[in-house]
Amino acid sequence: MVSRSRKKRLDTRILEHELVPEHRILSLEEAAELLRTLSIKPNQLPRISINDPIVQLLGAKPGDIIEIKRRSPTAGESLYYRIVVVF
Amino acid sequence: MFEGDFKKLVNMAKKILPTSIYQELEEKVINSEKLTEESKEKILREALRQYVLSLSQPGEPVGVVGAQSIGEPGTQMTLRTFHYAGLMEFDVTLGLPRLIEIVDARREPSTPIMKVYLDEKHKYDKEKAQEIARKLEYTTIGKVLDDFEYFLGDNVVTLKLDPEQMEDKGVTVEKVIEALKRAKLGEIQVDEEDPNTIYITLSERVLPPEYMYHVSAYKDIENKIKKLYLKGVKGIKRAIIQAEEKEVDGKKITEYMIMTEGSNLAEVLRIKGVDHRKVRTNNIHEIASVLGIEAARNAIIEEIKEVLQSSGLDVDIRHVMLIADLMTVTGKIKQIGRLGIAGEKPSVLARAAFEITAKQLFDAAVKGEEERFLGVTETIIAGLVPRVGTGIVLLTSPGITSLGDSGEKQEEEK
Repeated sequence: MVSRSRKKRLDTRILEHELVPEHRILSLEEAAELLRTLSIKPNQLPRISINDPIVQLLGAKPGDIIEIKRRSPTAGESLYYRIVVVF
Repeated sequence: MFEGDFKKLVNMAKKILPTSIYQELEEKVINSEKLTEESKEKILREALRQYVLSLSQPGEPVGVVGAQSIGEPGTQMTLRTFHYAGLMEFDVTLGLPRLIEIVDARREPSTPIMKVYLDEKHKYDKEKAQEIARKLEYTTIGKVLDDFEYFLGDNVVTLKLDPEQMEDKGVTVEKVIEALKRAKLGEIQVDEEDPNTIYITLSERVLPPEYMYHVSAYKDIENKIKKLYLKGVKGIKRAIIQAEEKEVDGKKITEYMIMTEGSNLAEVLRIKGVDHRKVRTNNIHEIASVLGIEAARNAIIEEIKEVLQSSGLDVDIRHVMLIADLMTVTGKIKQIGRLGIAGEKPSVLARAAFEITAKQLFDAAVKGEEERFLGVTETIIAGLVPRVGTGIVLLTSPGITSLGDSGEKQEEEK
């Protein structure tokens, strides 16, 4: 059994891990703008589980769009979007 | 040329080009003092032109190109090595078996390994590194036990501990006694002359009198004692220190890190002295559950890259990135194959063409699935124009409205 405080301390630390890129929840306006510029429906976006540890940390809700700032070896930095789903 | 035009061009470049290319341009061209405005503009335009030209065209079969680009060098890999026991004292799966393991998204790698980097306080000191390695290694009483003695009909058993092993693992007699007490076996007594000998008077609950003359009862107790937890992280079978020499500002510095056999990312991250930003495991599912799907994507890329590099193959990273993206689109790690990506194609014929043909067709028939001929595989099977490359454009002429209809229409005309 992991005590609550111990779990919490671990939580924020995983964000600093080298493998974890920066995640951010898009606001409603930003999300609408994104879907308009890409001219797609939300279900066409790649998905991310509501149980994903990073999503849990951000406190995102199903349907939220997460913007991920990937460090790419070819492009330097690239943006990727995932929609939060329940499974 | 106006000042404003150049600014516009710069903004356009910033918007279109990838960050790394733009930053290089900004550094070497836009902020350059030697170049004239005119030549700067020419360079920017050329950079933009080249970038747009090198983008994948709509309809380009990037997946097939990627599969070929990894598959062809893969054929050379098979001949080289299966298991690679070098460098370390570990047997690490490398080469083709490891590559298959990654794209098949196995739950457990055949040789789970962790690379544990240490924080500033611990990485320069061998003693401190050793201390953490001891904390990691899963140790039970069995590992420090030299001898287990018993006499049939006697409820006293004798444990003889191995002092050498105890020192190596950093275990004290007190710790062993503590573990024994926790197991509630009975009364514990340490020999007055030899501190490494422990007597346990078994209680009736542990050794009922009617089993007093059963060897198996004693064997069970021995096994139970051997499995008692002393210290360490579950799943870590072995932890070994690796020294790495680095040169910083002309000075030679030795850095220590720990390699472990077995993997338990969540627990290792909690250990003090471990650099939580750098800990690695080759178990990708574990990364996905502890660090999230994006971290797992990065891990897949790095693992495949490492396998290819260690086999001396040069594959463009973009193909690997495509695979990793495809494996993680759904938010879960999907294998490439019949149970994952290939098995989830909407088309019956495409699935049947991949593996276990008959079963796929039977199942589809039972479910009453419909074949819509939208993908590449099924259109080729049916002799239609695949929607790939130039085929992605549907040329319309009077009488033909879409690709699927054209066949029927022609037949009608006959």
